[in-house]
Amino acid sequence: MIEIVSSILDGLLIGLVYGLASIGLTLIFGVMDVVNLAHGAVISLGMFSLYFFFGAGLHPYLALIPVAIIGFLLGVLIYQIAVRRILDGPPLMTLLATFAVSMIIVGIGTALWSTSPYNVNFKVQTLNIFGYTVTSARLIAALAAVLVTFMLYYFLYRTTLGKAVRAVSNNREAAELMGIPSQQILAISFGIGTALAMLSGALIATLFPFTILSGSIYELKSFVASVLGGLGNPTGALFGGVILGLIEGSVAPFIAISWTNVIEFVIFVLILLFFPTGLLGGRK
Amino acid sequence: MKKLWITLLLAAVASFGLAQTVTIGLTVSKTGKYNVESVNQLNGIKLWQKWINDQGGIPVGDKKYKVELKFYDDESKAERVQQLYSRLISQDKVDFLISPYSSGLTAKAAVISEQYGKIMIATGAASDSIFKLGYENVYQIYTPASRYLTATLDMLKAADPNLKKIAIVYEDSKFAKAVATAAKDYAKKIGFDVALFEGYPPSTTDFGPIINKVKASGAEALVGGGHYADGATFARQLYEQQATLKMIALLVAPASDEFAQLGDAAFGVAAPSQWEPLVKYNPNCGVTPEEFVKMYEEAYGKTPAYRAAGGFAAGLVLQRAIMDAGSIDADKVRAALDKMDLTIFFGKIKFSTDPASHGLQLGHDMVQIQWQKKDGELMKEIVWPLDAKTSDLIYPIR
Repeated sequence: MIEIVSSILDGLLIGLVYGLASIGLTLIFGVMDVVNLAHGAVISLGMFSLYFFFGAGLHPYLALIPVAIIGFLLGVLIYQIAVRRILDGPPLMTLLATFAVSMIIVGIGTALWSTSPYNVNFKVQTLNIFGYTVTSARLIAALAAVLVTFMLYYFLYRTTLGKAVRAVSNNREAAELMGIPSQQILAISFGIGTALAMLSGALIATLFPFTILSGSIYELKSFVASVLGGLGNPTGALFGGVILGLIEGSVAPFIAISWTNVIEFVIFVLILLFFPTGLLGGRK
Repeated sequence: MKKLWITLLLAAVASFGLAQTVTIGLTVSKTGKYNVESVNQLNGIKLWQKWINDQGGIPVGDKKYKVELKFYDDESKAERVQQLYSRLISQDKVDFLISPYSSGLTAKAAVISEQYGKIMIATGAASDSIFKLGYENVYQIYTPASRYLTATLDMLKAADPNLKKIAIVYEDSKFAKAVATAAKDYAKKIGFDVALFEGYPPSTTDFGPIINKVKASGAEALVGGGHYADGATFARQLYEQQATLKMIALLVAPASDEFAQLGDAAFGVAAPSQWEPLVKYNPNCGVTPEEFVKMYEEAYGKTPAYRAAGGFAAGLVLQRAIMDAGSIDADKVRAALDKMDLTIFFGKIKFSTDPASHGLQLGHDMVQIQWQKKDGELMKEIVWPLDAKTSDLIYPIR
């Protein structure tokens, strides 16, 4: 019995990290209708950034701050170079542009670091709570994911800039008429989305080894989590991530691990059939 | 005058003949998931090439064949392997082939080598099934999967005759699955109760769900694993999640020196190994284990793991077959390989000539290693077979 509970709790914790990754994706989609195919590559970059900051002697959790800053700047850069000019073109354009960015990042990463696994090797405490064994890294990663989500909410609902982001997301032309500089807001949103992806990558790197290709697994999970929660809805994305983690955790004790993905996607299709706009509804 | 011209012409032809080359083609996983293992293997092959070319080449009669290698990056992908082996044979016109690393990729390459009737020495590939398809041109260097973990289970039985429940957890890859299935049958035969027998996808990074299952099964020892990346991650998480197991033996990963990076999580983890630098074989051909280790260290600045030795061995076996055949003619070399019964620095080499398992390795055997601590530093020790051990098995480990 304790093993089943452990498995579900493990699923919940990792689900929160999936959730954080998908918030980045869903935020960008919600604000500018861009499906960011560079999401996975950016998650990988987050992993590697943490690795190098850790290698330079920084504590992995302190390193999250510079990782987020780099993520933001990188996001603004990607937006200015690859996304801005084609934002009003057909959706396929931005899809291809972000895919190209992904290929560039993965290509450079492969050339620099090969596709061998890297490992952020720091001592983690193991906690034992009523027979449930969990590592401190997993708990902290989950808590950090929740904390970052709260900060994002505070930003979106309590700050002027955040309100501007929501305004642009709702109706860009109306926002421009109100004097909101939409180009800057879009760049900032892309930056925040990218920073969130980098942060989730960095948190994942504290748990598991990774390669430059690892991001693609989490990109896929992010898509599923975003759609589960309702595309464009950050709370939904976090919720979707948790659902995904819980599904993984709760089916694992009963079936062979290799089948987890099959069950996951069957449930995904079922939810889409019955809740076409996701469990919490689409963009808000 | 005429005589002089003829003599000169003959001399020119003869000297031209002396400088002949034999070209060997292969693919290497310079990128992708087999990157670490495959590049090590290539290092071994290159070292053999240098070693034999430094002696002027492979002696065949009064001629010497310089060895030339032709290789491409297969990105650890099966579809690349088939394209590239076809290219090696039809465009690059190589004389012989060496396999890529891993059973999965070698199975793909074997289809091509068989279609074109090219001899391929398969190293880094331990699957039995490749050799059950009636192929006539593929020859295996490694101990096959069916015998990979049997010695590990013998060792466990000897260490703890009362232990019953074991878990076999393996990567869902061709090689690991073949090893695990054979190990399961053997475990039952010698009286173990296999409490958990389960595969995990090759890309797994979160072993939490599997470790929970191992705990739930009540298994006291665990054997399994797959390749490097998954095995190292598995070992680390077994340690972090405090799985109390008396023995952990994983394929491939603990046999690499990189495994020591896991620190405390590496301690006590055992692995079957095709070869170890400390082995004591008395070869009747080529180099001794000490000579090989020394050459490798001089060339690459680190101690060779078994995959590098397997690479060198593949070259050496091919070289010996060409020498025995007295020719690079494929039929003659094939006959020499069929007849081969050698001890080289890598161990015994003898191929099955039974049409139902042609080319399967029959001579070579596994050694068992365990990560132990000496003066606080992690060391790989040989713990089995007893007559070859460098240290006693630590049991139980947790």
